[in-house]
Amino acid sequence: MPSAVDRLAVRGAGQLAGRLRDAAAAAFVTLVLALPLVGLRTVDQGGALVLETRWDWVAIGVAAVFVGRLALGLFAHLRLRVPRVVPRVAQGVAMPWLAWAVAGFAVALPFLPFADRYVIDLGTTLLIYVMLGWGLNVVVGLAGLLDLGYVAFYAVGAYAYALLALNFSLSFWICLPLAGLLAALFGIALGFPVLRLRGDYLAIVTLGFGEMVRIILINWQSLTNGPNGLPSIPRPSFFGLPFERAPAEGTTSFHQFFGLDFAPEHRLIFLYLLILALALLTNVFVLRLRRLPLGRAWEALREDEIACRALGINPTNVKLSAFAIGAMLGGFAGAFFATRQGFISPESFTFIESATIVAIVVLGGMGSQIGVVLAAAFLVLLPEIGREFAQFRMLVFGLAMILIMIWRPQGLLGHREPTVRLGRAAAPRP
Amino acid sequence: MLALTGVHAHYGPIEALRGVDLEVAHGEIVAMIGANGAGKSTLLMTICGAPVPSAGRILFDGADIAGLPTFEIVRRGIAQVPEGRRIFPRMTVLENLQMGAAAGDATPSALAAGLERAFALFPVLAERRTQRGGTLSGGEQQMLSIARALMARPRLLLLDEPSLGLAPMVVKQIFQVIGEINRAGTTVLLVEQNAYHALRLAHRGYVMAQGRVVMSGSGAALLADPDVRAAYLEGGAKPPPGA
Repeated sequence: MPSAVDRLAVRGAGQLAGRLRDAAAAAFVTLVLALPLVGLRTVDQGGALVLETRWDWVAIGVAAVFVGRLALGLFAHLRLRVPRVVPRVAQGVAMPWLAWAVAGFAVALPFLPFADRYVIDLGTTLLIYVMLGWGLNVVVGLAGLLDLGYVAFYAVGAYAYALLALNFSLSFWICLPLAGLLAALFGIALGFPVLRLRGDYLAIVTLGFGEMVRIILINWQSLTNGPNGLPSIPRPSFFGLPFERAPAEGTTSFHQFFGLDFAPEHRLIFLYLLILALALLTNVFVLRLRRLPLGRAWEALREDEIACRALGINPTNVKLSAFAIGAMLGGFAGAFFATRQGFISPESFTFIESATIVAIVVLGGMGSQIGVVLAAAFLVLLPEIGREFAQFRMLVFGLAMILIMIWRPQGLLGHREPTVRLGRAAAPRP
Repeated sequence: MLALTGVHAHYGPIEALRGVDLEVAHGEIVAMIGANGAGKSTLLMTICGAPVPSAGRILFDGADIAGLPTFEIVRRGIAQVPEGRRIFPRMTVLENLQMGAAAGDATPSALAAGLERAFALFPVLAERRTQRGGTLSGGEQQMLSIARALMARPRLLLLDEPSLGLAPMVVKQIFQVIGEINRAGTTVLLVEQNAYHALRLAHRGYVMAQGRVVMSGSGAALLADPDVRAAYLEGGAKPPPGA
């Protein structure tokens, strides 16, 4: 169809001037920024600081931005012509299939031939983030309360497990619910003062809450051992069978009991399967909740709080329950983190963790469970792959984030599955 | 059924209601008309507890509900169809309706009966039940908002400008359904700018101006009143009474 191509070319030429102006503006901004940042450099020359100029670098940078911006503009211009209906339809159909495939792969992973220590370790880290993402999804994705201090509950869970296990020698399975409970109480404690806040203000207060917890952990030396952290946290055992080469007198270790040769991977695989089980339980729990009146109330609250009030919903209870349940799930993940690392310190619970978890939820598409998995995989695995690029790793990471925001501003899977389908609930059930 | 005496309400330092007296008897349709900013919407909001009245009493079935939290008031049997419909745009029609049942009996059988009633009133909602609220047309959204409010089987239905922004055909249909709802036993208090439709439907009407009730009477009497006609029905040449 030459006529269509011609029309495209004519319109493209008409817009070319605009694109050029746009690219020139971007190049100018780069120039202003790059002059001091890139163009000037201080060099230590025999004890004296000398200013060195690198105008060639500035020129290359400005030229690159100009060409890149122009190319991006023209590319976007062409891309807009392609109808974008197809992926939306395919998405809804492929989702259950995709979820089962991912779950199946996750279960099989440790037994696949290429699964060495590194892969299993990475998988465990990934699953911790998936679990945190699912937990935060309750608060941010479903209830629509932007929580930037989620790491606080992760920290509470981790310290609760560590302190209970160290001071009272309680087993992992007793500590786990206690850690979750304690985190949930912290969730309610945070929830109360912020009930009236929304949006930006809520984000600021939760951000402050996350920092408060971290600073308390640093300063409460007598309980938390301050910045030195808590070492030698007990490792979980396989229902009473420890993973050790030479177990203490009178106890049998895992490899002896099953007549296997000792391998350090046993514990790693066990930890991996443990967090996988926790994460899958979390997923089932949240999916079930979404179908209950409480879960629907969370979503309705996110959509319109005033309408919720008008329908007789008590927003206080709904919000607090979202905070509490989200915090509890974070607490579980924290307890697991503590037992896996064997050492925790406040350094593991900085704001960047909160930001990563929020990024996972947002990137995955608010409220989408499988989206969280994809986003967590992306955020955890990409920096690993990026190791090849050495110091440019974060640059690659940032670039990838920008590209996603351009292509999928609604998140990787920004598609909300209805909780009721045709025919159900419409007819009376026996 | 509902009786307001000397109700004042403030938004910060601004007095939006300046001593409103109003009565709604069981089984009635009462229309409240008035110009923009007369305090009509504030009145409905105050009945629902947001804002809390700064003075006066609001009796519902003989009990004072002034000062109760909104969800308590709603659970006593008052439902509000808020201004601008306020449906949940990303939730399906079915989910919207289920949310409406939150204040009432939420057992599956009650829910099914409620859905059946809603779909009988508004057959188009049955066709649209799996569609997201935000994809409905304005009229359908208004129907959904009314149907949602009815899910909790309220005894008193408050409607805030149900005709706002709708095509004349749809307005007619909505008012017809409001009549049906009333005949089925629900008392209705209606706030409207569309004075003609509202007063024709209503048993009684009130006219509000500047936070006060300035006139009341039967719907037909108000429709025939020259002041009301001039202010609200014939282009607003004369200033509203009491201004």
